[in-house]
Amino acid sequence: MLSEDSDRVLLERLRRGDKSACAECIERHSPGVYRVALRLLGHEAEAEEVMQETFLSAFKAIDKFEGRAGLATWLYRIAHNAALMRLRRAQPEQVSVDDEEAFGEGLPVPTQLHDWCCLPERDFESSETRAALERAIHDLPEKLRVVFVMRELEGLSTEETAQALEISIDAAKVRLHRARLQLREHLSPYFTELAQTEA
Amino acid sequence: METARCPHLLENMSAYLDGEASAELCAEIERHLDGCEDCRVVVDTLRKTITLYHELPQPELHPEARLRLYKSLDLSEFLNS
Ligand SMILES: [Zn+2]
Repeated sequence: MLSEDSDRVLLERLRRGDKSACAECIERHSPGVYRVALRLLGHEAEAEEVMQETFLSAFKAIDKFEGRAGLATWLYRIAHNAALMRLRRAQPEQVSVDDEEAFGEGLPVPTQLHDWCCLPERDFESSETRAALERAIHDLPEKLRVVFVMRELEGLSTEETAQALEISIDAAKVRLHRARLQLREHLSPYFTELAQTEA
Repeated sequence: METARCPHLLENMSAYLDGEASAELCAEIERHLDGCEDCRVVVDTLRKTITLYHELPQPELHPEARLRLYKSLDLSEFLNS
């Protein structure tokens, strides 16, 4: 991550209780923390609360942070745990269904085999398409969604994603792959229909 | 997804698209794609799916929400920066 070096300096200042360092930390990392929370929860007000909780807990626990992971990675971890608690509270029964979808035997065989890549650019850039892309993220099981959001949308490395979620690097890779395949599968009917309308 | 090699290909598609597959594996995948239309479509639409997400505009933190964040942490004095 680009800001890793300056994050180390920032961390030193945070440990000394420097309030301006807290403000800098917020400026640097709150947009990302907010986006991850929003993508996980699908709700702006809740994402905002999770963001507040994240920075509050982070600044309180800064002495316990060993700094093995980067500052951003650590903040994402706190945000993820806070978001997860809300999700579990809201839909406790959802978790086992999710696990089955996310980790069933082998990879699900693709069923959508229409080639929609050649659609005109305007179809890919429309607000309907953007809404379809957001919906597809939301439909992912939580364990796949969070890896996809961190890795693909926030640009964390595989290692950082694994650290933030406290999973192995292999698990992060497999989950990203499963997420991508599932997104492709969910989006294909939408794009196939567009392609057939265009034809 | 017809042939016995398709599951193997499916498993390695992300590594292939991310440039993390060995030269040997890449060659094997490309050989398979030449002869398997289904896998070719899946690879192409998977690649396009990833590109679309990279290009998707990111949701922005509302200025009001930023304000409330500073207030909640008792950091309002730093807001004008
Ligand atoms: Zn094949």
